[in-house]
Parts: sequence; structure tokens; C-alpha cells
Amino acid sequence: MSTTTETPSRTAIDATARARDLLGVSRLTNQALTTWLHGLPGVDQVGCEARAAGLGTRSIKTTSKQWAIDLAISMIDLTTLEGADTHGRVRGLAAKALVPDPSDLSTPRPAAVCVYGDMVATAKQALGDSDVKVAAVATAFPSGRASMAIKLADTKDAVKAGADEIDMVIDRGAFLSGDYLTVFNQIAEVTKACDRGDGTRARLKVIMETGELVTYDNVRRASWLSMLAGGDFIKTSTGKIQPAATLPVTLIMLEAVRDWRDLTGEMVGVKPAGGIKTSKDAIKFLVTVSEIAGEDWLTNQWFRFGASSLLNDLLLQRQRMTTGAYSGANYIADDSPSTAY
Amino acid sequence: MARVDVKKTYKLYIGGKFPRSESGRSYEVYAAKKGTFLANAAQGSRKDARDAVTAARAAQPGWASATAYNRGQVLYRVAEVMESRRPQLVQEVRDAEGLSPAAAESVVSQAIDRWVWYAGWSDKYVQILGGLNPVAGPYFNISASEPTGVVAVLAPQESSLLGLVSVIAPAIVSGNTVVVVTSADRPLPAITLSECLATSDVPGGVVNIITGKAAEIAPWLSSHRDVNAIDLAGAAGAEGVDWAKLEEASADNLKRVLRPAGTGSDAVEPDWTQTPDLSRLTAFLETKTVWHPKGR
Amino acid sequence: MLPRKAPIQMSPFEYAPAPESRAVVDLQSSYGLFINGEFVDGGGNAFKSISPATEEVLAEVSEATDADVDAAVKAARTAYTRVWSKMSGADRGKYLYRIARILQERAREFAVLETLDNGKPIKESRDVDIPLAAAHFFYNAGWADKLEFASLPGGANPQPHGVVGQVIPWNFPMLMLAWKIAPALATGNTVVLKPAETTPLTALLFAEVCQQADLPPGVVNIVTGAGPTGQAIVDHPGIDKLAFTGSTGVGKMIARAIAGTRKKATLELGGKAANIVFDDAPIDQAVEGIVNGIFFNQGHVCCAGSRLLVQESIAEEVERRLKRRLGTLRVGDPLDKNTDVGAINSKAQLDRIIALTDAGESEGAERWDNGCALPDKGFWFRPTVFTGVTQTHRIAQEEIFGPVLSVLTFRTPQEAVAKANNTPYGLSAGIWTEKGSRILWMADQLKAGVVWANTFNQFDPTSPFGGYKESGYGREGGRHGLEPYVKGTH
Repeated sequence: MSTTTETPSRTAIDATARARDLLGVSRLTNQALTTWLHGLPGVDQVGCEARAAGLGTRSIKTTSKQWAIDLAISMIDLTTLEGADTHGRVRGLAAKALVPDPSDLSTPRPAAVCVYGDMVATAKQALGDSDVKVAAVATAFPSGRASMAIKLADTKDAVKAGADEIDMVIDRGAFLSGDYLTVFNQIAEVTKACDRGDGTRARLKVIMETGELVTYDNVRRASWLSMLAGGDFIKTSTGKIQPAATLPVTLIMLEAVRDWRDLTGEMVGVKPAGGIKTSKDAIKFLVTVSEIAGEDWLTNQWFRFGASSLLNDLLLQRQRMTTGAYSGANYIADDSPSTAY
Repeated sequence: MARVDVKKTYKLYIGGKFPRSESGRSYEVYAAKKGTFLANAAQGSRKDARDAVTAARAAQPGWASATAYNRGQVLYRVAEVMESRRPQLVQEVRDAEGLSPAAAESVVSQAIDRWVWYAGWSDKYVQILGGLNPVAGPYFNISASEPTGVVAVLAPQESSLLGLVSVIAPAIVSGNTVVVVTSADRPLPAITLSECLATSDVPGGVVNIITGKAAEIAPWLSSHRDVNAIDLAGAAGAEGVDWAKLEEASADNLKRVLRPAGTGSDAVEPDWTQTPDLSRLTAFLETKTVWHPKGR
Repeated sequence: MLPRKAPIQMSPFEYAPAPESRAVVDLQSSYGLFINGEFVDGGGNAFKSISPATEEVLAEVSEATDADVDAAVKAARTAYTRVWSKMSGADRGKYLYRIARILQERAREFAVLETLDNGKPIKESRDVDIPLAAAHFFYNAGWADKLEFASLPGGANPQPHGVVGQVIPWNFPMLMLAWKIAPALATGNTVVLKPAETTPLTALLFAEVCQQADLPPGVVNIVTGAGPTGQAIVDHPGIDKLAFTGSTGVGKMIARAIAGTRKKATLELGGKAANIVFDDAPIDQAVEGIVNGIFFNQGHVCCAGSRLLVQESIAEEVERRLKRRLGTLRVGDPLDKNTDVGAINSKAQLDRIIALTDAGESEGAERWDNGCALPDKGFWFRPTVFTGVTQTHRIAQEEIFGPVLSVLTFRTPQEAVAKANNTPYGLSAGIWTEKGSRILWMADQLKAGVVWANTFNQFDPTSPFGGYKESGYGREGGRHGLEPYVKGTH
């Protein structure tokens, strides 16, 4: 099992040049993008949901379940994105990431903590030189309604503060009004803003906010548009809009990254975020990753869960499998325990 | 000096044309009561039946794809044309069936009315027989009737016009095409009906009429693989016809078989003056059910 | 219980084995016939029902002789005359509701037994066969006291035939039983039913359900046996109506046998369905539909989408995606909840599949299978795809009734329709395209009783099912499914 979170040390590609090449056009226009995106095969909602439900019935062997729980823990972007966030809370989250279960130090660490840009430095400092990454939401998260200058400044600020990863939001208004070129250009520019100037750059996750895109056809088009524009990850949601990360939406995105690799040879990651709360849910997602995209995506390099409470449920299950007894919330150390337990 | 009248030559009706039997044969037709000679009718053969099936098959897709409204208009037009030929039909039915003038008038009226009745069904039975099925899932699901295809019809032996119309109209109103073997002894009203059909708007090949003996022709129709269904009404009282054998042969391509009325192995000719129900129409229909998911 | 070999290793995930427990099934060592409400010994030679996944003997079953069938028909007649025909529709309905409820309560038991006896994956018997069987009883139960509203022959007073003989196949033993018995009873008929000789056990468990529901004796009689027992039912003069699901060959024999009598028949026979994929199809769902169309129930499905007609412009892509998907199909222990494809139902069926696929190869089609490991014991066949198939190949014409897909191509909608209809069968068809008007045009043109557009192999008690041409006649399911069980005017 790989838990590497090594950042690919590639610099921002010239997304526009590559898009022209892939689309076979001399100039990248909105019309060219529209023709290309609308030429993607449609998604039948009922068939897609039936497929996802079928994958959800897979039953996992005990040894695989142990492995899957550890893998799921290692894929978590442990997240706090609230107006009430404090430095203390972020430090607490970082501490939790470093030692998820003080009663069992063999517990793997989550992939990253995910915070607002102004908390990056705090998180970075708390995590030290651990392998836990710091991801920052940017580009006027969660609405994305700000000028491009603000969005780029937001991004650069987070990168400068040491963010390893940037979670940007697309302009859903532009997308839904058919202005794909604007969405493309914004992603491409944010990609460039992720450059650290030293030959490395922060990895970019593109949040499509699928709950606002509504249809699976839109999810598929937005996925391809995000990949075309240079996103390293495609991500379902901000967590602020319902529905967030559903299994069928994630399935569509996994099909997209699978087909994108067929087309370009490049891998893109997938991050469902919001609403995944239980170990059982997480394992359904991993089954879907395995059967739709394939084994190559079963690493936190290429698959993440954006979640906050999921970690604790995974830890409960982990304790249950280690000790043989059902565990309880009071046995899960937590700096901000949820009243839901 | 009396004028030498022009005698009518009676032929078959196949593919909208009036060919002689390929066999070249004809037979003598006599009036029912007096036994007087009426005419020589063409004696259809198995090859005529084969040609008729070819014509019916060729005409079937077009007739089935005509709008239901259009098929209704076409059937209604047949009634109009028959009305204009009423005296001739009455005379022929009188001769064929030995009826009084009043009884023959009544039979012709009913035959005409029967076209009108079935014409009106053309755009209604699909709604009556099918519709949306409330399946337990996110699917649009609908069942609708379609014609079976080519139907072989043994027309009643006794009721030469009303019975004949009563078996043809319900088969074709839904878009089937038919190959009809007429009453052997009473074929002349069928020939006049052919002329009515030919001068109305019924496309050639939709109705094909073969005069002759069912015992000779029906076995070839019942075993014909390009015939989808068979109406055995005319087996009742037909000389040398064993409807059990015809049904057995029909099993080779699983024809839909409309058995003759009666009980046990007996075949009897029903009372065609009774108001029909939908059973002769539904006998030559298939139900097609189409599913489609409902999604955004 | 099953020597299991590791399936294709897709990932470090080890699915299963997650076998459904057999403990819910209380198998007896031998079973009699169910006549007049009681289990009685049959006069013929007992035969064994085996699990096709392991070749393990599950139970001995009686063979009904002509005399046994006669006794069953007489019991059904007596029950019809004295009890069932005099009972109100509302009360008949209540018995059917009772049966439906018991089937739901004992669903797990039925599912496990079905999977043991038939070889189909537990996820199918659990999620499809048994729930649908119960649903058919619920649906028809409600009709029993509403027949006068069903636009049936007989109008306000539809009349049952009397005693109905029913012969069902081995591919969906319980579901076919429900399709047959529920509408027959709802309309007021009594029943003599013969399950297939390789899958008699759920029908015999159903007999217990009839007892449990206090169904009056003789209303449902179940006689087990092979062809001769079926023949005895078909030929019995005391049978007023026959309902058969099975091969077209046997269907024709039945049609011949009843020729010249007044027995009615519903025949639900074979198929060679075209599953037509256009270049604008929702491709990922189409691939699922192709897989579901031919590998559901090991392809032992009369309406299976056994001929894939794919538009030439996307043929290669569909083929590539299909093969990748087949790589994830899990073949093995039918009781394992993760199994997608189970065992072939019998040695005889396996031999037929092998013979036809060998013919496909020798006639020049290109053979591919997913290379999965197969258990050592039992009857197994890998999910197989033939490409480069033409209409004249035997594998494009004959019903294989196994997990074997023939891939053909077309260029225009007209050509797709022509190829789809170029068969003596006409049971079902599939259409995959995002263009609505094309779906409706295609649906009009296809000579098939069930057309699935952008889906496949969906079934529902309210939805009529049955074929055109040599796929049989009569419909089962929905209001249409009641019609064959009441007297017509001819």
C-alpha cells in the first residue's frame, strides 16, 4: 500500500496549447470547447445510479476491510472550513492528523489538512516536516464570486504561505451559462498561480460543486473541462451545498479520469468531498474507484476524501477490528468532538 | 332483336389487380335456391395463394404505417362505394344465399354498416387496449397494439357478403393485410367487393381475394411461413377441410390461429348479424411494450 | 462449500467470499408431488436435483406419471368446481395476498434455495427473482375482485377457463411460477404446474407456502418430472388452457398437440434479441446494458440481448470498453454475494453452449473470453464475446441461452432495423441512443414484444411480456396478462 503524497514536480503546462492540440483547432474558442464538451457521450441518470447502487452491494473480506480502512484514512483531507475557525482549532486538527489515534500509533495519517488560506501558515507550522500536506481552499471559496484578480491573489497568497495543494472553485455561473472558455481560462490561470517559481508548484484540485451543476451530463462536461484546463484533481463539492459527494457523481468523475488517461496517458485525481461520514460509505467509494478507474487510483496520490467526521468513524472501525470489541466516541480522541456521537 | 349482353368475366383480386388464376381453371357458380347458372369463377390455386401472400407482405408495412385516421377514412370509403353498388350487391347476395329481396337488402345494409363500425375503431382500439404501465421504478413504460402482419382468412362459406366483411374489416383496420379464400359456392359477392375495394382507397395488396376451394388452398396458407396468422372461420361447412390439420400446420411458424366457432372439433358458422365485439380485431394484434428510463 | 479460485486480481481488494448462509434452507432428502394439498409419492422413477455449481445432490424428487397427472388434474377440477369457482374474487385475492406476504417473509430461504438448485448468483435471486415473484402475487391479488373493470372478454362477467396446465423452465423457476400461478388464480382458474426437471425445489417449497396460506386443496397442484410429465399435462383432456414458457421447439409441439381442440395456449418461447447501440448512446450505461443484457442469469434468459448490433463508427470503442468491463465480472460460487455470473444450469446446457461457440469459431467469428478462473466442479462457462459476426453465422441465428455475446455492426438505422428483425424470433430488443425521435422510430419498426430503450432486462408485474413471431403468443404481466386466463368469445 502506498501512502506517498509526493507532489509531481512538473510545472504548469500550457493548457491552452494542449487544448488546441486535443481539440484539433487553431484557436481555442468557446464554440470549440462547446462542440467538444457537448460531443461527450451523454449519461443516463437511471443507468448510472443503478450501476453505483450495484457497486455499493459489494461485500469486502475482513483482511481487505482492514486494508481499506487504513487506505481510506490515508486518503482523507481532514477539513475545517468554517467562519469560526481559529488558529487553535487548526492546530488541534493538525495534531489529530499527526496522531489520529493515540491508543494505536500504527494508525496511518490522513493525506492532508484542508483549511482556509489564512490558516495555511498555522497548519504548516503545526505539521512541521511531517508527510501530512496542507491544502488551502482558494479563489473566493465557496461561491467563487470575485474578480479574477482576487482569485489569483487568494491562490498566490496560500501558495506563498506554504500550501502544498490548492482547492479552487469553478465559476458555476459561467459554466451553466455556457461560457466554458471563461471557466477554462480561470482554471488555467489558477494553475499558473500555483507555481512556486522554483520549478515546483502546488497541486490543483478543481471543485466543480456538482450539487449546483445538477445533471450528470454537466458533471461529465465539467470534469473534462477541468482536466483539459490543467487541474490535477477533480473534486465534487465545497461541502457547503447539498447534495455533495454522491456515489454516482463520483462514478462519473472516475469514468472521466479513466477515459482521460486513455486519451492523453495522464492521470488525474478524484476527490469526493462532503457527506461521506461512515466507513461503510468510504469502502463503497473505494470499491467504485477499483472497479471503474482501476487499482492505479487506489492511493492518496490519486484519490482523496474531503471529510471531517469520516476519520473518527474509520478510527472506530479500526479499533473494533484491532480489539474485536465495538468502540465508542469517548475512545476516539478529538480536539473538537462532535455532539453527534 | 334482343341485344346480346356482355357477360362479366370473374377473376381473382391480388395486389390491387384482377388476374386470372395462374392455373387457368374456372368453375361454375350456381344460385343457391333455383340452382341456375350464375357465372364461371376463377378457381384459385396454391400458386395464386403464394402470389397473394407476396402481395400482402409487400403492402403490409405501408398499410400499417398509415395513420390510424387514414385507415379509418379508407375503411369508411369502402362503405361509401358499396352503398353506390347496393343494387348489384343485393342481387348477388339474393342469388348466392337464396334470400328474399328484403332479407338481402338487410344483409347488404349490415355489411356496409360493419365497415363503418370497424372504420371508427381504427383510432380507438389502441387506447382501449393499451396504455401506460405503472412500473415500480423510474421508467416510462407503455404498451400499445400493433398488427400481427399478414393474415390468411378463410371466409365464411354461407354468409357470402356480411360474413366476408365481418372477417376482413377487423383484420385490416389495425394494419394487417389479408389473403382471403372466399366461400367456394358463393364467391360472386366477394368479387364485387373486390371491385369496391379496387375503386375505393384501399391500397393494392391490403386485401387479396381468391375464389375457389378452401380444401385446396388453405393447407398452403396454413403452412406458409410468411403468413403470421390465420382465421379459420370459413372451415365451418367447407367441403374437405379439417381445421385441426390447418391449425397443426400453422404451428410450424407459430401462426396466431383464430379457431372456427363451435364446440369440440365441430366448426359452425356464427350468426354474423350479431353485433360484433373486439375479439376478431384483437386476435390479430401484438402487444408491444416499450421501456425508457426517466432521468434528468 | 465451493473450491474457489481467486478471480482476476483487479486490486488489493479481496472481495468475499461472502457466502449467503445455507442454514435458512431446510432441505429434505426427498420430495413427493403436491396434489390436492398434500405431498404424495409419484409413480415414476425418482430423479435427483443437483446443484450445478458443485454437482452435489440436493434432493430426490418424484417423477409424475400419466396417472399422477390425471390425479392432479382431477384434484384441480374438483377444487375448481366445488370451491374456487364459487369463491368471491375478494376471497381469492386474500389468498393471493397471503401467499405474497409469506413469500416476502421467507424470501431469504427461497433465494438461497433458488441459487442452490439453479446456480444463479444470490444477488439476482435475492434482488430480482424472489422479490419480483412476490410482487406478481401482490399485483394479481388486487385484480381478483376487480376483473369486471379490466376490459376483458366477457366484459362485466369474465369467465375463467377452469383447469390450467402450466409448464415452466429452469432459468427463473420461482419467477416463472409466479408469472403463471398468480394470474391464473386471480382470474378464478385452478392449476396443475410442472417445474423444470433441473430446478424443481423452489416450486416444492412453494407448495409448502400454499399449505401455510391454507389455500384450499387442489387449487394449486405441483407435479415434477421431465418431458413425458409435461406431455401428459398437455394431452390431458381435463386441461382447459395451457401456459408454457420454454423453447420454441417445445412450444411448436404444444401448438400441434392442441390443434383441433378447444384448449387455449399462451406460449412464451425463445429469442435472439438485438441490442442496438448507436454512436450517440450514453456509452457507459450502454456498456452496462450490454453486460446486463447477456450476462444476467448466465445468459439463460429468453429475452437476452444476445446480438449486439453496434454502429460501425463506434464499434471498436464499444468493444474495448466492453472487454474492460468484462474483466471485472466475478464468476464463481453463486452463493457468494459478490458473484456476478454463476453456474450454467446443467451439463446438457453447457454442452449446447460449447457446441454453438465451437461452431462460432469454426465459422470464422473471433472468440474472446475474460480469462477468469473457473471452479473445478460444476458447470461453468466464461463470459464470452464473438466479434466479426455476421447474420449468417449460427451464433447470430440460434438461441445459445448462455453467457455468449455476438457482436455485429450496422451503418444506418434502417440497416439496424433490418438486421434486428431478420430472425424468426421477436421477443425483445434494445435501443441505445440519446436521440428521442430515433428511439420512437426504432421502437415502431422493431418486431419485438418488449423494447428496452436505454435500459435492458427490466421486468415488472404491471408490464406485459411476450413475443412476436416464433417467440410465442399471449402476454404475461399487467392487465394484458389476465386476458389469456379468461374465456374469449371464440
